[in-house]
Amino acid sequence: MLYSRAPGSLQLVWGWWLAGLIMYIPANIYPMLRTSTLGHETANTIIGGVFELMHHGDYGVALIVFLASVMIPVGKFIAIGYLAVSVRRASAMRLRARQHLYEVVEFIGRWSMLDVFVVAILSALVQFKFVANIHPGIAAVSFALSVAFTMLSAQSFDSRLIWDADEAAQE
Amino acid sequence: MTSPDPDIDLRDLVACPTCDALHRLSAVPVGAKAKCSRCHTVLMAPREGAMTQIVMLAATALVLMVAAVFFPFLDLSAAGFAQHSSVLDAITAFSDGLLLPLSFAVALLIVILPALRLMAILYTIGPMMIGHRPLPHAQRAFRLVQTLRPWAMAEIFIVGVAVALVKIAGLATVSVGPAFWAFAALVLVTALKDTFMCKLTVWKTLEDRSAS
Repeated sequence: MLYSRAPGSLQLVWGWWLAGLIMYIPANIYPMLRTSTLGHETANTIIGGVFELMHHGDYGVALIVFLASVMIPVGKFIAIGYLAVSVRRASAMRLRARQHLYEVVEFIGRWSMLDVFVVAILSALVQFKFVANIHPGIAAVSFALSVAFTMLSAQSFDSRLIWDADEAAQE
Repeated sequence: MTSPDPDIDLRDLVACPTCDALHRLSAVPVGAKAKCSRCHTVLMAPREGAMTQIVMLAATALVLMVAAVFFPFLDLSAAGFAQHSSVLDAITAFSDGLLLPLSFAVALLIVILPALRLMAILYTIGPMMIGHRPLPHAQRAFRLVQTLRPWAMAEIFIVGVAVALVKIAGLATVSVGPAFWAFAALVLVTALKDTFMCKLTVWKTLEDRSAS
């Protein structure tokens, strides 16, 4: 069977979108990183890690992590939601602008994986027996899943739907 | 319904993959770029000797990948302790209990999928570079190349390394090993290769060569 548009594209978009949103909640509540130095253990959530970087004066890196793990995921949920809603009804935003928004979402979404990789590298590097240890927290799993689900959501979106709505409006 | 114009060769019709606008695109000169008239997506951008360049770059990237995975990546020393880590260690960092799936996912994203993608590119374009017929399932392999593109995250891993270095800079002295440079080069080579690759030209060549 041949289809000119991906069948059920919007349902898939919303399904993965919701799955990503659900996984994003535990990702922010539970610790991402457990650091133990000389028997004293501290756990950091995503936001906690950003604040710690700022505390040490690394504002540039704090900004990168904040962008990758907070701004991009949240922005992506809003952008995909907006795109999926706007193909169903007339939208104020110009077609090309919406196409551009979709391209940005597809390009930038993968960069959210950054924090997961940082956690992996830190836990591999900092293994000094009793002096200092870093272990990944459970939030690393749910965050990785959330990013993967939203990537799938963006990929399920058929960009041709944006333009179909315009053609229908002109007729 | 209009009857098809007999003057139009169906093979010259190209629908924009982004917005589905139909174009007549017979021959795009080498070095030129054909863009969609509606959404400005690049439809076709053939280049001189692109196939050779892509194959060479993909082969380079594969060699670098082997170096990047097995050579020491980062050296860390603090209070008399020293620690050498390879990419392999970063992958197995999550290997305790519940976090095992995560370690599998990291391995997939930074090593397995990029390597698989490079091999699929070599498999598809390699035989065509030397004027050979495409190998069986070459079309499936090239589709895999396109599907895998967003999931190959080597460049994000590099930035992750930089962030991790800053995070532990206060805790210990860190120096980068040869694998770090191999990995950085790998990212550059992969990006270069992807800009050379014109999807539509590859698809058309695959079709032509398979038919004859």
